[in-house]
Amino acid sequence: METDKKFRLRLGELFRSQNLAALSTHHADQPYASLVAFYASNDLKYIYFVTAKTTRKFANLTDNNRVAIMVNSSTNQISDFHQAISVTAVGKAKEVAGADKEPILSQYLAKHPHLEDFARAPTCALVRVVVASYYMVKNFQTVMELHLEP
Amino acid sequence: MNWILSAEEIHSGDRHRVGGKGYALSLLARSGFKIPRTVCITSDTYQEYVLRTGLRERILLELHRKDFKEMRWEEIWDCATRIRNMFLTKPLPDDLAQEIRNGINDRFRGRTVAVRSSAPEEDDAQSSFAGLHESFINVAGVESTLKHIRLVWSSLWSDAALLYRQEIGLDVEKSSMAVVIQETVAGDRSGVAFTKNPNDENQGIIESVYGLNQGLVDGTVEPDRWIMDRSRNTIVSHTPPERKHWIIPSQNGVRLAELPVEKSAHPPLTPQEVNFVFKAARQAEEFFKMPQDVEWTYEGDSLVLLQSRPITTLGSGKPQDERGWYLSLHRSFDNLKNLRRKIEDELIPGMIAVAESLSAIDPVGLPDQELAAEIRKRWEINHKWVNIYWADFIPYAHGVRLFGQVYNDAVQPDDPYEFIDLLTNTDMASIERNNMLVDLADIIRSDEQLAEKLKRDDDAGLDAKFRSMIDEFIEKFGDLSCAVTGGKNCVLGTGPLYRLLLEMADHPAQTGGRDKKDRINRLHQNYLNSFDDDQKMWAEELLELARSSYQLRDDDNIYLGRIEAQLLAAVQEAKRRLAYPSGHQASDILKQVLEDVDFGTESRKSIPVATATGDKLQARQLLGQPAGPGISRGKARVIRRHSDLADFKHGEVLVCDAVDPNITFVVPLAAAVVERRGGMLIHGAIIAREYGLPCITGIPDATTLIQTGDEITVDGYLGIVTLGDTGL
Repeated sequence: METDKKFRLRLGELFRSQNLAALSTHHADQPYASLVAFYASNDLKYIYFVTAKTTRKFANLTDNNRVAIMVNSSTNQISDFHQAISVTAVGKAKEVAGADKEPILSQYLAKHPHLEDFARAPTCALVRVVVASYYMVKNFQTVMELHLEP
Repeated sequence: MNWILSAEEIHSGDRHRVGGKGYALSLLARSGFKIPRTVCITSDTYQEYVLRTGLRERILLELHRKDFKEMRWEEIWDCATRIRNMFLTKPLPDDLAQEIRNGINDRFRGRTVAVRSSAPEEDDAQSSFAGLHESFINVAGVESTLKHIRLVWSSLWSDAALLYRQEIGLDVEKSSMAVVIQETVAGDRSGVAFTKNPNDENQGIIESVYGLNQGLVDGTVEPDRWIMDRSRNTIVSHTPPERKHWIIPSQNGVRLAELPVEKSAHPPLTPQEVNFVFKAARQAEEFFKMPQDVEWTYEGDSLVLLQSRPITTLGSGKPQDERGWYLSLHRSFDNLKNLRRKIEDELIPGMIAVAESLSAIDPVGLPDQELAAEIRKRWEINHKWVNIYWADFIPYAHGVRLFGQVYNDAVQPDDPYEFIDLLTNTDMASIERNNMLVDLADIIRSDEQLAEKLKRDDDAGLDAKFRSMIDEFIEKFGDLSCAVTGGKNCVLGTGPLYRLLLEMADHPAQTGGRDKKDRINRLHQNYLNSFDDDQKMWAEELLELARSSYQLRDDDNIYLGRIEAQLLAAVQEAKRRLAYPSGHQASDILKQVLEDVDFGTESRKSIPVATATGDKLQARQLLGQPAGPGISRGKARVIRRHSDLADFKHGEVLVCDAVDPNITFVVPLAAAVVERRGGMLIHGAIIAREYGLPCITGIPDATTLIQTGDEITVDGYLGIVTLGDTGL
């Protein structure tokens, strides 16, 4: 049986194995999707990514902080249909600034060291998504949800 | 790519491409053994076919619907049936088909052929797949040969093969299959030779039948059997059978026929021929450097070797290994016919008579000591019938599966379970019971005063006609109290029956919607038209047997339930006396007997409790097997113990561990059925199909992940249960 513990283990494993996530924002009823390099906190409460502040996604999430972010293990092979796991997190996004920023950015860059220059540029923002719920799809059609305590 | 290789063209580097059987035949041919004209369709052809048609991923999706280890044998059989149907309904891509067609035409020029499996995994002497994959003989015409190649490929995914791969830990995703095609040798005597007896290494075994080998291999024809001395190549003993049948070629395939009298008096082989066969088999053993299982046939006076493979022992031999038992459920048509006679003429009347004779003794009137003896007697009788149920009734259920396979092979429908529609609308006891409930509910619906009396449990106020209908129902099916209040702890009384009737009467009568007669007639005609004239009678007989098997799948439980009800009645009387004891010693006797027959204390399954605080894990979509088409939405009623049935309301979705025919009376009230236990032919699926309800089976955690009161949607087309609404 799927338990809270198994679900979290699977989630952690997926997040460690993947670098990129699809971020969904919206503006004036128009959804918009972007690819971001992400990092998830060990307790799975937060997902972080960096973005230039001039981007459409940053404008959107500044305007409306409700976002969805999807991570999956597909490999663009036909076997993905029975093997891949996909997780959608929904939550609220906000730029991390001040004293909080550096320790998190260090952890972020430990996963994505090649983004050092980009992430540390003054025009780049570190964004934290506070996750409310995870939706995990496996075996093509089995969906489990984990709702986190606010 | 060269998809076809003749035996002479096969070299050592092709071993994996042509499989164990194909490679062994090529070696035998090169070494001077006489074999039929043989070609191999390579395993690359299989890979090309499954890749280009998308079957590869469809098969893996099917196998990954749920954890293989959690699948019951019935679910594995279902899985295999769906996969087999994929192969049946998906032709080879045109260019590939044309190349194979040309290759077969060039080599066999219209002669009939045998189409045999040759899995590369068979190379490994540790993993014999003997008898697990399918072979077909006397296949006529190139188009039929192409179809049978696909059928052999599909047997890579048969229930037996899947179980075996799981047991020996082979990776199903890497499985592949080559096919051997051999010119038919119309042997008049055939058999197998084991160069070493698994029970005595100083001996070998020869088995032989008249006609073709198929009857011996699948167990429908009993062979003559010779034990051979290996060191002296002499006969140790000969065991003749009662020679009654043989397998002979028919229009497109083979058929079982009566053995002519002049043959039945003599063994198929003379002692000299027995020695000659054994000698040839020993030469093959010497050649392959390990004991062999050789299939052979005599064409006139000429011995032809059909195949040779290493001897390995199937099964792990561990006592807990149930694979052998499951595979023993694959019964032949003749075996099932005999079983049917036994069940219909002997066992069912026996069960009815036992239940009636037990009901003639009223436990209430018995002194304590006699009551204790009566409980013991009823327990033993019940136990005996439960054992008969497993030994004879469960195997008889294979009649439905056998028909399903024959139907799918002949008709090749898109829906591999279309055949079930030909089996429904039978006179199942559970349907008869439910129809009586509907009639009673109809009367209550139109009589408000009667409804009021029933609500007050006012038995005395009921009019005589209605009361006699109730009595008739109770006499036939019991008062449902045990089904509702729980097997061991049931409290006899009409209350549960009245509440069920009132709930039914509170809602509009079912408008039928199950008038499937036209469709069934059409399917029936289409089924028969798929057979050659000389096979039509057999096809009709098989359908009739399947209908009986289907009906009995449910009825046997009802009959067994009647016997168990008599045991429970005696147990309840003992419990009643223990609650109000009149003498200390008498109580001890009753207490003891209840403990002996395991009716002492009720054990209740623990119900998992959801975490009240903190993070919450819940299911959104659960995937099972689509066992009844349709889509429905309603509040879940999760049946964790029998007493949960008492609260069942019209329009709810029945969610349970396993539907037992003795509780299916609530199904007419249900909007849909969801069951943890998997299978397309289990009671829940059968009764849901009868009522045209969406049904999903085989959801491992259905009764823990779904809670009573949850709004759920049951998609019986896709096998998906969705919890909650569309919002986040």
